[in-house]
Amino acid sequence: MGDNAQTTFLDEVAALPACGKISECIQCGVCSGSCTTATHWEYPPRKVIAMVRSGLKDELLKSNSIWFCVSCYLCTARCPRDIKPASIVHGLESIALKEGYKPPTKTTTMYKTFSESIVNNGRIYEFGFMFKYYLQTNPLAALKMLPTALNLLAHKRMPLTPKKVKGKADLRIIINKLSAGGGK
Amino acid sequence: MRYYAYYPGCSMEATGLPVEKSIKAIAKPLDLEFIELEDWTCCGSSPFAGVDKAKAIGITARTLAQAEKTGLDLVTPCSSCYTILQEANDLLKEDHKLAERVREALSAIGLSYNGTVKVRHIAEVLFNDVSPAGLAAKVVRPLTGLKVACYTGCQQVRPSYGFDDSEYPDWLDQMAKSLGAKPVNFPLKARCCGSSLVISESDVALDLIHRLLENAQENGAQCMVSTTCPLCFTALDVYQATVNSKFKKKFDLPVLAITQMIAIALGLDIKASALDGNVVSPQKLLKPYLSAKPQAAGVETSA
Repeated sequence: MGDNAQTTFLDEVAALPACGKISECIQCGVCSGSCTTATHWEYPPRKVIAMVRSGLKDELLKSNSIWFCVSCYLCTARCPRDIKPASIVHGLESIALKEGYKPPTKTTTMYKTFSESIVNNGRIYEFGFMFKYYLQTNPLAALKMLPTALNLLAHKRMPLTPKKVKGKADLRIIINKLSAGGGK
Repeated sequence: MRYYAYYPGCSMEATGLPVEKSIKAIAKPLDLEFIELEDWTCCGSSPFAGVDKAKAIGITARTLAQAEKTGLDLVTPCSSCYTILQEANDLLKEDHKLAERVREALSAIGLSYNGTVKVRHIAEVLFNDVSPAGLAAKVVRPLTGLKVACYTGCQQVRPSYGFDDSEYPDWLDQMAKSLGAKPVNFPLKARCCGSSLVISESDVALDLIHRLLENAQENGAQCMVSTTCPLCFTALDVYQATVNSKFKKKFDLPVLAITQMIAIALGLDIKASALDGNVVSPQKLLKPYLSAKPQAAGVETSA
């Protein structure tokens, strides 16, 4: 389906894992009313879904919407049509990242450095991940984080070396097999 | 003794260490044995799903396959790992095309997954397998009268996997009561702490943490009892200082993981509760309890 020039934005989203029921949305707005961070979204969740169905891909993926999702799943627990709005939002995030959209948020960089930490270490290495994230976004903001980091160090909650995880080689194989082209 | 396959999750090796230490300490006295999966890897959490869901499910499947080999229930204390593992487990049964791709990827590393694993949050193990009554029978140092706000957070009860109410869960209140403590009304108990957004959109997350602390304090709590999730625990404990400086507040509300509280009530050595790992020190508040002489187990603990 992904190679077909006729594929609509809606088709693209509906093909993602856990996003297949998007067409069953009745636009009731329970998701927007429930959303923990909706006031920050340029287009709140109900509109996000409407925009996917209307093919307004650029408008949606250039906006800050979706990146404020905190995965609290209030929308998903309450949706009367069980369309899983949080999963759709994460699916949209993956399309935006893959296609190089640059929405006005640092969450995109956070996601990328977080995921790199998994691939590089097999587990999230919190200190390394945070350090890299601040270096890539705003090194000065790292200064504001200093008291937090010192608190964590003082309470022995921020090891400065990553654990050695042999399974990281497995993760690379899995990721490679599941890359576009489908395992070959 | 009950046996479980144990998946701590990455944060338990860093920011969640006090919680992890207390879990290890209370397991044996509660006749539980958590057998850590060998060489486990990250579940991917929400950020990896936001980068590529199919790959995220693929790496989660490695953990499910490892757990299946043990024949035991898979238990995790992290609410994010719990939701991710549950969702992957469901999707691998529902989405046959995805399951086939994941099956191929797993076979490349010599693993397979047949969908038989039961994923459980440690909260649910404590509540259903140990139970409030079972816990109360082992209490030797009751936390009588301690007013607590019980915080379960989101991903332990949402999306719902049937353990407790998804809007206003009660398990943690019941557990705290069985230790002698007195849960206060806490309307925001299952609202979000902001999780990893505290890194990339800190204003948004700090606002959420602020609301939680304020709601707990307004309702008369002397401290918060959090679920075992290392993200919830860290948000409320470590970022309390940041909330104070941002909102010009003076919160000094200790945050205890329920497992730390259980360690105290069971009369274990002070090291077992790992209280020295808490940034907001609970020592002063707990001094009367910690210095009290342990009593015979099973004495009526309710205030």
